[in-house]
Amino acid sequence: MEKHLKVSAIKDGTVIDHIPTKALFKVIKILKLEDCSQMVTFGNNLDSRAMGTKAIIKIANRFFADEEVNKIALVAPHAKLNIIRDYAVIEKKVVETPKEIRGIVHCFNPKCITNAENITTSFEVLSDKPITMKCFYCEKITSENEMIFF
Amino acid sequence: MNAKSLISITDFTKEEYLKIMRLAEDFEANPNQKLLQGKVIATLFFEPSTRTRLSFETAINRLGGKIIGFSDSSSSSVSKGETLHDTIKMVSNYADMIIMRHPLEGSARYASEVSSVPVINAGDGANQHPSQTLLDMYSIIKTQGTLDNINLFMVGDLKYGRTVHSLLMAMLQFENPIFNFIAPAELAMPNEYKILLTSKGIRYFEHSEFTDIINAADIIYMTRVQKERFIDPVEYEKVKNVYILRNEMLKNTKENMRILHPLPRINEIHTDVDSNPKAYYFTQAKNGVYTRMAIIAHLLNLK
Repeated sequence: MEKHLKVSAIKDGTVIDHIPTKALFKVIKILKLEDCSQMVTFGNNLDSRAMGTKAIIKIANRFFADEEVNKIALVAPHAKLNIIRDYAVIEKKVVETPKEIRGIVHCFNPKCITNAENITTSFEVLSDKPITMKCFYCEKITSENEMIFF
Repeated sequence: MNAKSLISITDFTKEEYLKIMRLAEDFEANPNQKLLQGKVIATLFFEPSTRTRLSFETAINRLGGKIIGFSDSSSSSVSKGETLHDTIKMVSNYADMIIMRHPLEGSARYASEVSSVPVINAGDGANQHPSQTLLDMYSIIKTQGTLDNINLFMVGDLKYGRTVHSLLMAMLQFENPIFNFIAPAELAMPNEYKILLTSKGIRYFEHSEFTDIINAADIIYMTRVQKERFIDPVEYEKVKNVYILRNEMLKNTKENMRILHPLPRINEIHTDVDSNPKAYYFTQAKNGVYTRMAIIAHLLNLK
């Protein structure tokens, strides 16, 4: 059977695969891809043996530091990264949940000081499956379904 | 943060808890020690709190310090829209220490990042009030002679009550505590604390009403059951009189047992208990002054 790519290949750059379909636009936002001047292609609702459906993003000529890409663990904990050089995968990476999350999400507690003043939010990750995290300021624990992204 | 602050009870180590206990005892024996002579302490009360503010200000006065501040944000530049950031930046240029109460949770932690001088959290919303916990611990060690092997009964609102959560966390540092939680189902101790106790192998028991089991208590820590905590007013009506401590319930309790309450009390401790020598809540409030003197002296390295 002829292999056909639904999202065209890139020569150099990063492919982020196995993104849950609902998380695609959150990943774009977290990685600030709206501001990326390089070619960004993405596909959503693609068939996936493991996930049923999935999303994929290909970013030409961009390579991410681990701490940068690990931020997407909040929404795409099983995402896999392929680093591409000259159309070949030279490295594969998995996303790891960081121990600390800075920015990205609001504290869900309306009485938290971070929702009243201009403060970068900061959370200690208590567990990664499911994700629960504790606000460094108000000490309230946010669970996965309570997360509000910036 | 450039200075040691006290924001959450877990900011202190066991050694620091014990040092505060020793210093509080020393200040109780000699309450007028002019360690703060020449120093200015700011008490910033963005929301009113009579007891805590007076207790801190008494502590500062006994230590010979001068006080600046406000007791209500309407008399501060906050009413003109100044941010907490700017207020703290400014005051930390004036004073040697900031003691603050603020309605927003996390405000004191944030202030400690902004401030160049130590910050004591005198209550940030429903979050933390560590000087209350230290005075509770001082009251326990004073009446029981130890913080180890304490059978602690916590009664009332165990869900939202920050004092019971902080006291529980602090007591985990000591040997073999036993916890008994007496609360309506709506206001039961949150699961996260029960999971923590289980993971540490610490015994706890839950009861929905007072029983003869209180005869085993070393400390009964009473809290208010507030009507506004209940979604269904009928549920409140059902339980409102269940968590009232009366003198007749104390007749078979242990000799060393003492009743604590963070105050203010509404009706959860009947006034007939007040004359019982086991009622300790007013002395507990007095202990607050010595404990706060100890906290200030410790954070400013004066002792």
